[in-house]
Amino acid sequence: MCDTCGCSSEGGAVLRKPGTDGYHLHIGDESSHHDHDHDHDHGHSHSHHHGESRKVDVEQDVLLKNNLLAERNRGWFEARKVLALNFLSSPGSGKTTILEKSVPLLEGWPVAVVEGDQQTTNDADRIHALGVPVIQVNTGTGCHLDAQMVQRAVRELDLKERSLLCIENVGNLVCPAMFDLGEAARVVVISVTEGEDKPLKYPTMFHSADVCLLNKTDLLPYVDFDAEKCREYAMQVNHHLEWIELSAKTGEGLDRWKEWLTSRLEKL
Amino acid sequence: MHEMSIAMSVVEAVADRARQEGCSMVTGIELVVGRLSGVQADSLRFCFSAAARNTPAEGAELVIEEREASGVCDACGAQFPLSGYHASCPECGLFRVRVVSGEELAVKSITIE
Repeated sequence: MCDTCGCSSEGGAVLRKPGTDGYHLHIGDESSHHDHDHDHDHGHSHSHHHGESRKVDVEQDVLLKNNLLAERNRGWFEARKVLALNFLSSPGSGKTTILEKSVPLLEGWPVAVVEGDQQTTNDADRIHALGVPVIQVNTGTGCHLDAQMVQRAVRELDLKERSLLCIENVGNLVCPAMFDLGEAARVVVISVTEGEDKPLKYPTMFHSADVCLLNKTDLLPYVDFDAEKCREYAMQVNHHLEWIELSAKTGEGLDRWKEWLTSRLEKL
Repeated sequence: MHEMSIAMSVVEAVADRARQEGCSMVTGIELVVGRLSGVQADSLRFCFSAAARNTPAEGAELVIEEREASGVCDACGAQFPLSGYHASCPECGLFRVRVVSGEELAVKSITIE
């Protein structure tokens, strides 16, 4: 049961807005697969069907529904000239801090943020403090954002034309790789407190990314992390990957990241 | 564990198709799962029975055909089988592989009644 409104929704994602007490919206209840038409009884013998069994060729992508919704999101973003970026990483590699530091870099470009986490509005609260429109998607038990969550979340944001939409996915290097959200590019973040072999351990994620941010470079003197080796591994998994080293904390390397962002924004 | 979402997507897709065909029960599902699809066939099997409960696909036999992956070298053009995204070309040794197949994740057929 939902602990906010007391409805019987279980396991579905919920949208929350910092600064708007009591605002919460359940996603996807209407299309859950458990809500199929009950024009048949489960558990009856089906004896009258005997002999009518037939095989039908389907040849359909399992994620077709998500992919179609993602394409719809992509078209919507393109029509409004919104650059949508999907930020992916392990928990704790600094996605939210990078977003906090990116917003002030982009003078003149409106920014909006979708935050994905299983629980809490902590990350959205941090973005809200910057005065940026933000919506939190709480996935409950879900380990990734999907295209429907983003479609619903974006409806609640007043996106400006020629703007940046940052979608911070649930911290997880596995599952989010499979779900297209309709983004223009994927930004994978790794920090120097992790292992340099992360690109080899989670190749699907690094293979699907467009740019990799190596964060927390200010800690390099204190940890056994070979940044060059990490870059090499990442490029071996995805030789089209762009690579930017930065420290969101000290600001080192943020100029290159700003350059990357503004060059993409100027193409809108 | 995204296999649960994947299993639910399978159930939704096959139930929709069965309904379109005017049938209320799915008794068999053939899936194609590529080696690079990011889905573990065993986990998917495990999740499927839970995802299918109280749906037209409850009790359906799930047959998973696992497909090998192959790639082509962007540098020298050689074609070769892939076991993962971290792969060098057996001809020239460079890590410039483009995936040709093995990322499939599809419902091939369903048996309905």
